[in-house]
Amino acid sequence: MRRMRQWSVRHAGLLDRWYRWLEAALVGLAPLWRAIGHRRLDRPAAAVERAVKGFLFDCRMCGQCVLGSTGMSCPMNCPKRLRNGPCGGVRAGGFCEVTPSMKCVWVSAWEGSRRIAGGVEAMRAIQPAVDYRQRGSSSWLREVREKTGERA
Amino acid sequence: MKFEDEPVPGYPLPILPGHVSPGRLERVLRAGKFAVTVELAPPDSADPEEVHRRARVFDGYADAINATDGSGANCHMSSISVCALLTRVGYAPVMQISCRDRNRIAIQGDILGGAAMGVCNILCITGDGVQAGDHPQARPVFDLDGISLLVIARALRDDSRFESGRRITSAPRVFLGAAANPFGEPLDWQPFQLAKKIAAGAQFIQTQYCFDVPRLRRFMAAIEDLGLVDRAFVLVGVGPLRSARAAEWMRAHVPGVHIPDAVIRRLAAARDQAREGRNLCVEIIQELLAIRGVRGVHVMAYRQEESVAEVIDRSRALAGRVPWCPARDATGSSARTSP
Repeated sequence: MRRMRQWSVRHAGLLDRWYRWLEAALVGLAPLWRAIGHRRLDRPAAAVERAVKGFLFDCRMCGQCVLGSTGMSCPMNCPKRLRNGPCGGVRAGGFCEVTPSMKCVWVSAWEGSRRIAGGVEAMRAIQPAVDYRQRGSSSWLREVREKTGERA
Repeated sequence: MKFEDEPVPGYPLPILPGHVSPGRLERVLRAGKFAVTVELAPPDSADPEEVHRRARVFDGYADAINATDGSGANCHMSSISVCALLTRVGYAPVMQISCRDRNRIAIQGDILGGAAMGVCNILCITGDGVQAGDHPQARPVFDLDGISLLVIARALRDDSRFESGRRITSAPRVFLGAAANPFGEPLDWQPFQLAKKIAAGAQFIQTQYCFDVPRLRRFMAAIEDLGLVDRAFVLVGVGPLRSARAAEWMRAHVPGVHIPDAVIRRLAAARDQAREGRNLCVEIIQELLAIRGVRGVHVMAYRQEESVAEVIDRSRALAGRVPWCPARDATGSSARTSP
């Protein structure tokens, strides 16, 4: 839903803080996730993630979330699925080249990034090409694994 | 500019110290010359002579020829094959690679293949959406974006590795480029976008059409503040507009093109609109010559390719220099076809 998506960008600062809190909580509970097993947890975790992030961001479940670097505007909603900033075709007024009725995902990202502490620097980071094997998996659990150095 | 080690056409120049490619474009730029690159519209044909004919128009006026990759999402002869035809003659092509039509497996293969056939310059671009072209029913690929493509191309060259990590035996010696749109939204983000491209490996930049010099000046000042003007060679996109109507059409239909109303009014008021379009282009190039950080122009004269020679001559962009072309060293500057 594009309206919800715009709301999230307008409240990027709040959501970013909430996200940091959530991440700390998930990392704090790492022993529990380890006890249950990441593989067993991935499907239910992904289902929760799909519901929450689908509602807030129109999340496409790429499995390698970069919302913190994109001002809480999901780059997978870009028709070209760009991960590194807008293409050169953004229309006057900030509308999408491919879908002119939609606001450019990256114009939103630039707005949102300026509402997040350190957001502009984060948006300047180079994102690697998407790993399409991760599609549909939980990026929250993935984040926990990266923070704690665990394997799946 | 003439190099004493100019080889037989089709054979590469030696790679100089501090250079990444054996190409002429890198040499001209690193020698501090104002470079001219041109865009070749690939034919809708399987006849190689059509490619040669289109290249010949630029003889003596271009340091490199861009072979577009389905530009505007229209189907034409492929970029890599136009490049292969051009390198056989000895021209220096810029192979454009768009992420719209091929995934990373195909693209990495083309980088190796292009380099094997003598391509020394690669322009990494995201590409227009399929809605813009003659096949809107096609499936867009966009496995990579312009920046992740640069990262992958640089790793092929500098680390001799595919994206997968698998090693290659001989690295492609290519000068890497990217596109920039100083006139695109969001305007205040564009300098950072360029910074990302340079950090990802871009060594030269070819911009979108410039019809608004004051805005370009602001962009150049912004990238200077970011310390970028000495880290990449910026070639500004220019081109003659054929008429006020053509300008209106471009503004409405070609993604990312910004043409101020004043330009359209000026063309509409002229008796000979095509001539006025050329005058405007000459004036813009002359203004660009004086802007710090502008290291060349990229001339896109779609369907007016024959006017490039006149525009470059009148602007004095080459300052008397004659870029290599097949007949140059045989007959000197008379190799130029016109004017």
